[in-house]
Amino acid sequence: MRTALLADIHSNLEALQACLAHARREGAERFVFLGDLLGYGADPLACLDIIAELAEQGAPVVRGNHDAACLGGDLHEMSLTPREAIYWTRKQLGPRERDFLAGLPLAIAEVDRLYVHASADQPEAWTYITGAQEAAQSLAATSARIVFVGHVHHPLLYFTTPGGALRSFQSVPGVPVPLSDYRRWLVIAGAVGQPRDGNPAACYAMLDAASGAMTHFRVPYDAHAAAKKILNAGLPERLAWRLTVGQ
Amino acid sequence: MHGEAENLGAQALAPGAEVGGFRVMRLLHEGGMARLYAVERLAGDPPAFPLLMKIPSLGFGSHPGCLVGFEVEQMILGRLRGPHVPRLVASGDQAGTPWLVMERIDGGRLTDAVTRAPLDAAEVARLVGAVAAAAHALHRQNAIHLDLKPENVLFRADGTAVLVDFGIARHAELPDLIEEEFDLKAGSGAGIAPEQLQGRRGDPRSDLFALGVIAYQLATGKLPFGAPTSGSAMRRRLYIDPLPPRAIQPDLPAWLQETILRCLEIRPDARYATAAQLAHDLAHPGQIPLTERAERRHRAGPLIVAKRWLQGLREPGLPASTPSRHLASAPHVMVAIDLDDRRDTLARAMRRTLRRALHAEPDLRVTLVAVLQPLTFGEDATPEVAHSQQTTALVALRHWARPIGLPLEKLRIHVAEGSDAAGTLLDYAAAHHVDRIIVGARGHSALRRYLGSVSARVVAEAPCSVYVVRPNENNP
Repeated sequence: MRTALLADIHSNLEALQACLAHARREGAERFVFLGDLLGYGADPLACLDIIAELAEQGAPVVRGNHDAACLGGDLHEMSLTPREAIYWTRKQLGPRERDFLAGLPLAIAEVDRLYVHASADQPEAWTYITGAQEAAQSLAATSARIVFVGHVHHPLLYFTTPGGALRSFQSVPGVPVPLSDYRRWLVIAGAVGQPRDGNPAACYAMLDAASGAMTHFRVPYDAHAAAKKILNAGLPERLAWRLTVGQ
Repeated sequence: MHGEAENLGAQALAPGAEVGGFRVMRLLHEGGMARLYAVERLAGDPPAFPLLMKIPSLGFGSHPGCLVGFEVEQMILGRLRGPHVPRLVASGDQAGTPWLVMERIDGGRLTDAVTRAPLDAAEVARLVGAVAAAAHALHRQNAIHLDLKPENVLFRADGTAVLVDFGIARHAELPDLIEEEFDLKAGSGAGIAPEQLQGRRGDPRSDLFALGVIAYQLATGKLPFGAPTSGSAMRRRLYIDPLPPRAIQPDLPAWLQETILRCLEIRPDARYATAAQLAHDLAHPGQIPLTERAERRHRAGPLIVAKRWLQGLREPGLPASTPSRHLASAPHVMVAIDLDDRRDTLARAMRRTLRRALHAEPDLRVTLVAVLQPLTFGEDATPEVAHSQQTTALVALRHWARPIGLPLEKLRIHVAEGSDAAGTLLDYAAAHHVDRIIVGARGHSALRRYLGSVSARVVAEAPCSVYVVRPNENNP
């Protein structure tokens, strides 16, 4: 069975639809959402509709920092541009959407895997996994063999070594990486709705249970359409521009 | 069930033991790191080839590198295709001990040839050429073996070399699980390349160094650097070169020493750019341009050694590359030349295409090929006439290439004979790992119709890309 893992959708309907279609063509039978469903983009309601429907069919969905911010609270730790997008998004959400978001857990464990938005270590602290040290802390906080995260918008893998130190690996898009049973792995799924590694194509991860291999896929989508909607909604221009260049 | 109490790898399994859907028939080999068994499938159709099961010798106090080697082999072998690697059939784990089932190669072993060494030059060329072809097939799949040695080379019945034991191999698209400082065995003392000793595991030319060690051993019966086990003893090869083979075997041909010492160059960029270029040279020894290497009788003197040692200290870390990227700069370009076509415009256009390739692909090799019609009996079919035809063609091809200014090293000339020109060209391309064929488009005259069919068939059946060059009469 193949499971598609999607992180950081950020209200980008075009990217979400493109990734779901791609994943289905690739044989995905299940979907996992790794948080930050909202924020930045102009289609929060349409995105939540799709995700809530998949959640009803059994797709695990965890909460991201942007999803939490959409529910309320002061945003003084957030910089101005995303804050503006959160205020805008809050106004779009009805009670149904807010209930859905409020019901999302911070982490979900499934078989030998853990799904969490930022780090398994204090998920609510929204720590960025920016190096081996943060990755090690995250793995130390759970007994799961594989931890799937989002939050960091660059796809990357970390793995344990017999020597103790964690090492990272930049996968090649479309090339399956066998996740050896004798190691533990932390997989950063990459961002569906706002890639920042210079490649504007949407990114998600696919896990193949039979072979134990993980693949990062890059999916080109109509980023200009998503950007235009951001401009039309009156959201900050920078949020539109960055989709078209993947920054 | 016997023999599989807790730890599969603790002791040898008895015949009849069952592991992961396979039955052990007999123990084939017991090595320091793993045991090999002949096995058969318990259920289902028997596969078209015999099977081998590999189980690491994991017991109390076993080397932790054992398991890593197993992970690496399972990961990389599962990704490789073609006749030069054993096919991976299944893999699994029983109570923490992994196992692999793969195709069993029951043909010859390169170690048998080593026991007969020193061998004559033709046999060395044939054996090393076969191993080089296998290494090239691996490099083309973006992988490097990094532990080529006679024990890891087997042969199929038709002479095809098969590489085994991918325990420290590297695949550029998969994580590198080998930790240099932890996995003491990151290569074999006899064949490890200088750059591997510096922790560089991304250069396919490391396998060319190991091929040089194998060729040296087959040609002389001796190892060029011995078989050191300590890191410091291995690192001597970073600045001390081996005794030239002809100092051991004076009757060794100059071309073979040239080839061996080029493989054993300390700097990877001084070696052959690809294993395909090595195999190509070994198939056509008469074409190998001889340099100072061919006549060398002594190791480098202390001054040069000291210079290398100092250079080593200053050596900047080279950017990481991958086999695919490296091979992309070193294609084998075959140019099919019709010596009867006297159009200057076509020759100029073809040479222009080659100059562009030389610019973009600095390590390329160009082979000019012309096909001669065989002489028919009754005419002047004497060996002398045939020989003079050959010579005339060779001279004409060299003359054709002269304006390009290709360095001698990058150019090879081949005059083939065959009544089927397209078939002859296609055979040559397949046999010598040609990456691109350049062929002239046929002219407009009715006389060219026959040759036109040659280029059309080459385009249709080539194992690689084909550039059909057409001179632009209006803009020459």
